[in-house]
Amino acid sequence: MIDLTSYQDPLTIQRVLYASQTIAIVGLSKKELRASYFVGYYLKRHGYHVIPVNPRETKILDETSYPSLSEVPEPVDIVDVFRAPEALPGIAREAVAIGASALWCQFGVVNEEAARIGTDGGLPVIMDRCLKVEHARYIGRMHWLGFNTQRITAVRGGLQ
Amino acid sequence: MRRVEQDHGFGFETRQLHAGQRPEPNTGARAVPIFQTTSYVFEDPESAAAYFNLQEYGNTYSRIMNPTVAVFEERVANLEGGSGAVAFASGIAAQAAALFTMLQPGDHVVSSAALYGGTVNQFKHLLRKMSVELTWVDPDDLDAWRRAIRPNTKAFFGETIGNPGGNVLDIEAVASLAHEHDLPLIVDNTFATPYLCRPIEWGADIVIHSATKFIGGHGTSIGGVVVEAGTFNWSNGRFPVVADPSPAYHGLQFHETFGTYGYLMKLRAETLRDLGGTLAPLNAFLFLQGLETLSLRMERHVANARLVAEFLEAHELASNVTYPGLPGSKYWPLVDKYLSRGAGAVFSFDCAGGREGGQDLIRTVTLWSHLANVGDAKSLIIHPASTTHRQLSDDELRAAGVAPGTVRLSVGLESVEDLIWDLEQGFAALAASTEKGAVAR
Repeated sequence: MIDLTSYQDPLTIQRVLYASQTIAIVGLSKKELRASYFVGYYLKRHGYHVIPVNPRETKILDETSYPSLSEVPEPVDIVDVFRAPEALPGIAREAVAIGASALWCQFGVVNEEAARIGTDGGLPVIMDRCLKVEHARYIGRMHWLGFNTQRITAVRGGLQ
Repeated sequence: MRRVEQDHGFGFETRQLHAGQRPEPNTGARAVPIFQTTSYVFEDPESAAAYFNLQEYGNTYSRIMNPTVAVFEERVANLEGGSGAVAFASGIAAQAAALFTMLQPGDHVVSSAALYGGTVNQFKHLLRKMSVELTWVDPDDLDAWRRAIRPNTKAFFGETIGNPGGNVLDIEAVASLAHEHDLPLIVDNTFATPYLCRPIEWGADIVIHSATKFIGGHGTSIGGVVVEAGTFNWSNGRFPVVADPSPAYHGLQFHETFGTYGYLMKLRAETLRDLGGTLAPLNAFLFLQGLETLSLRMERHVANARLVAEFLEAHELASNVTYPGLPGSKYWPLVDKYLSRGAGAVFSFDCAGGREGGQDLIRTVTLWSHLANVGDAKSLIIHPASTTHRQLSDDELRAAGVAPGTVRLSVGLESVEDLIWDLEQGFAALAASTEKGAVAR
């Protein structure tokens, strides 16, 4: 079984969150009750430029949806994946090819080959972690609902 | 760019002081502010909608969330090693809500029979009223747990340290059995606190506390909390009430949408919303004051408890001392495994002279407070058969480890010599007031 800890490093997660502006969400659903929609909505609300990648749709969250990563006509920082683990290696190759700066795979989206492809291509790879949760842990308000952010600090918080 | 926070595994004592709170951004207040407010002004209509849709973490109404209560919730979740927590107005409310979130009419729960009397009442009467069936089992008998499982069973329930019988749950074994059958194990960890035992580390899925007891630690406030590990698969087919589209939340599938956090989201956004039973911010603040010294208090509680238990074990007018931390206890191996820092500070013994003997002892002690609570900094004494366990039948009393002469103690933080002195003078009065031989065992 794959050891996921190297793909869940808190320092890498924070650097990726803080350095990124554009997030392509592969497998973003237009159904409001799907997890991917919750994540896309949240990220957009927090100022990220969200680009849907879903061949079955033309527009999601008021943003143009593209059939594949390679058809996205602008630079992408994070490639965030909501697809089945089997689809991940192909997506990882595309992420490397378009020069994305990080590969982020949501809860359950785990594939060792894809992780290797991403890492070999020079991308930080984050796996089995939710982009919304990690954003809410470090920048957002996850603690307002009693969730364990595991953050311990006596430094005064910034405005959220 | 924001400052990257270094990763570090902080110790229990650091976390009991800091987890869940970062100094408040607007004022810099170091203590946790008491947000005594019912409601919260929204930034704009879109934000309000996002909060109510659970698309954004936001405060709406203090029945459902409050920033002071949230610090308490996160701190307990952190100390227990869970993914999060939801606080309630009492331990009993927390327990009911934890169960209501996963149960529906026709379901079945398997529970240890050696429980706090209030829990027995809740399970026996309230759950039955909700058409939930219950099977009581001897918690020490793993086969009894196994035999009790039915197709409609939805949970196992037990106490880390049973009240007042002092039985110690073999958490790892019972959790493994539960998981073999796709069931969650719920553990009431009130008597151990996360300082002495963290059930999630041994496989428990949900941990419940009456925060009224050692967490608050000073007998000031009633409250409870539910912690979830976040690892149980609620989409295993056994829990449509958690996994299916929820009619109470416009079709949201809590487990699919929120994954690790799905059960807790449902517990808060539906069960707490609909049952109420909300913890007050001031009480959350008082519990946080308690948590800041939890480790220090528990160390002294268990040290005093052990000395009092040893005194009683050697006393001719006391028998059946149920403190599991005594080397002669049949639970000693389990204490060694699960409670290596100490076996809590609540236990019972049988006073010579049966029901009258127990009542007479309580009448004569002057330092032990006669009241129906445990986990106070002050030492407490009670006669379960006439108070906390009064509604139980003789069979249920026996199953809960209570005899007519059983006296329950919650050993506090006084000078232990004074606690023993008071019991000694109580026993002396008891012996003197009775015909010689009448109180002999």
